[in-house]
Amino acid sequence: MTMSRPYRIALIVICALVLLYLILPILIIAPMSFSAARFLTFPPPSLSLRWYQEYVGNPAWMQATRVTLTVAVLTVIIATPLGVAAAYAISQSKWRIMRLIHMTLLLPLVVPIIITAVGIFFVFAKVGLVATMTGLVLANVMLGLPYVVISVAAGLQSFDATQEMVARSLGMNRLRSFFVVTLPQIKASVIAGGIFAFISAMDETIVALFISGGQYQPLTKRMFTALRDEIDPTIAAISTLMTAVSFILVLIATSRSKKGA
Amino acid sequence: MLALALPALLVILLLIVLPVGWLAWQSVYHDGFTLENYRRIWSEDIYWRSFALTFQISLLVTLLALLLGYPIAYAASVAPKRWGIVILALVVLPFWTSVLVRAYAWLALLQRTGVINQVLRQLGVIDEPLALVHNTFGTVVATLHILLPFMVLPLYATMQQIPRDLMQAGASLGAGPMLAFWRIFLPLSLPGVLAGSTLVFVLTLGFYITPELLGGGRTIMISMLVSRNVELYDQWGAASAVGVVLLVAVGLIFFAVSRFIPLDRVLGQK
Repeated sequence: MTMSRPYRIALIVICALVLLYLILPILIIAPMSFSAARFLTFPPPSLSLRWYQEYVGNPAWMQATRVTLTVAVLTVIIATPLGVAAAYAISQSKWRIMRLIHMTLLLPLVVPIIITAVGIFFVFAKVGLVATMTGLVLANVMLGLPYVVISVAAGLQSFDATQEMVARSLGMNRLRSFFVVTLPQIKASVIAGGIFAFISAMDETIVALFISGGQYQPLTKRMFTALRDEIDPTIAAISTLMTAVSFILVLIATSRSKKGA
Repeated sequence: MLALALPALLVILLLIVLPVGWLAWQSVYHDGFTLENYRRIWSEDIYWRSFALTFQISLLVTLLALLLGYPIAYAASVAPKRWGIVILALVVLPFWTSVLVRAYAWLALLQRTGVINQVLRQLGVIDEPLALVHNTFGTVVATLHILLPFMVLPLYATMQQIPRDLMQAGASLGAGPMLAFWRIFLPLSLPGVLAGSTLVFVLTLGFYITPELLGGGRTIMISMLVSRNVELYDQWGAASAVGVVLLVAVGLIFFAVSRFIPLDRVLGQK
């Protein structure tokens, strides 16, 4: 596009500054986590793995890590098939009520999370699910479902449904034709949806603040409470690890979806 | 087909529709029907101030996000393809970093002994550390940081679809680059502006982590009213009523916007 030189330079400078603002926090977290200093000093006086050792050597942090990973894995295992089935139903059915169902499935993205958190706490308190693993997983399945539905629905949009009809006309039943014909072609968006559900469960903080307790407290809840009191560099180490895990997963999700559907 | 959607629907109904419905019920029912909780919100100063502050912050964050996000989205859509991808990658990068991690990073950057104050002091720009955090400023900086991608992505999606020929046509009719931008590009990008602004505004209304961690107890946003009423004062009715007001506000905004652009277009960006 035609843009005169001063405008172009101005645009580049503005963009560089805004992008710096966007990535600055990520840029400082990692170096801070390797600092040997007890308090924040910049640049770090010397490097060490002290805060990583602190993290690994602390039973409370380790227990929280186990809870987080367990919740995230179980969330993916439960939310992915539910979301795929729902997305498939939505894409195949011409029923008007399906549109309403689709919108309903996206509600967790729309309802402010604090309201969801307090509401779930009410209900869980009545049925004895507060401070349990089951409660934590159920809540995260609900919160992760929209990501699976959105991702798989997008994948199904570019899938030609007549292929499945052909398979069925050749004698396969509906279930088999889905697994043999459809699923392999939307595999990438299913995996991406599952990964997003995993990351969402790993990062979820606010609902966990209300409904988790005792031995079932995820990392984010412990981090949040720790951050309210003081800025402990151990959290920089944990943050760096969490960021690394998210990035690797997102890389897998996006590289997959480029290859496939 | 309905049977396939049923399990997911059940999870959503039991874990979000029922809880939120219960919350609404609780806000008007306490040994009989009562509007006492809403009357309190209406009459007590702290609620008013908090609602007003939340709307101000949401408006400010939305405007700043538009101001910072528009040039980024524009650059990504006009730059050579490779650079466009680099810009978008940098925008999405923080998107996938935990909100908590970023709140922590901003604390480390902005606090009195933080990175920014240290650098400014070493450079001799300031003698006394600036109060950059535990106030509204810190809340806005961190909230804006988290929500900026929600502005850039819908803007970029819209700008991508604007046919470049239109700008050339404008130029061939004698419009300079500035005029062509103002008369052609900007109006055509407005659906993206609306989608991004809605998302950012609504998300800021319900923000909790950053005001709680970076507001220093002084910047009390609506979400914090809800959690404080539950955690500190054990006032479930009041918490529910505040929650319902917030939900209604969010619902009304989405409803108003859906008259101009389809909602799935707003939400699809998430």
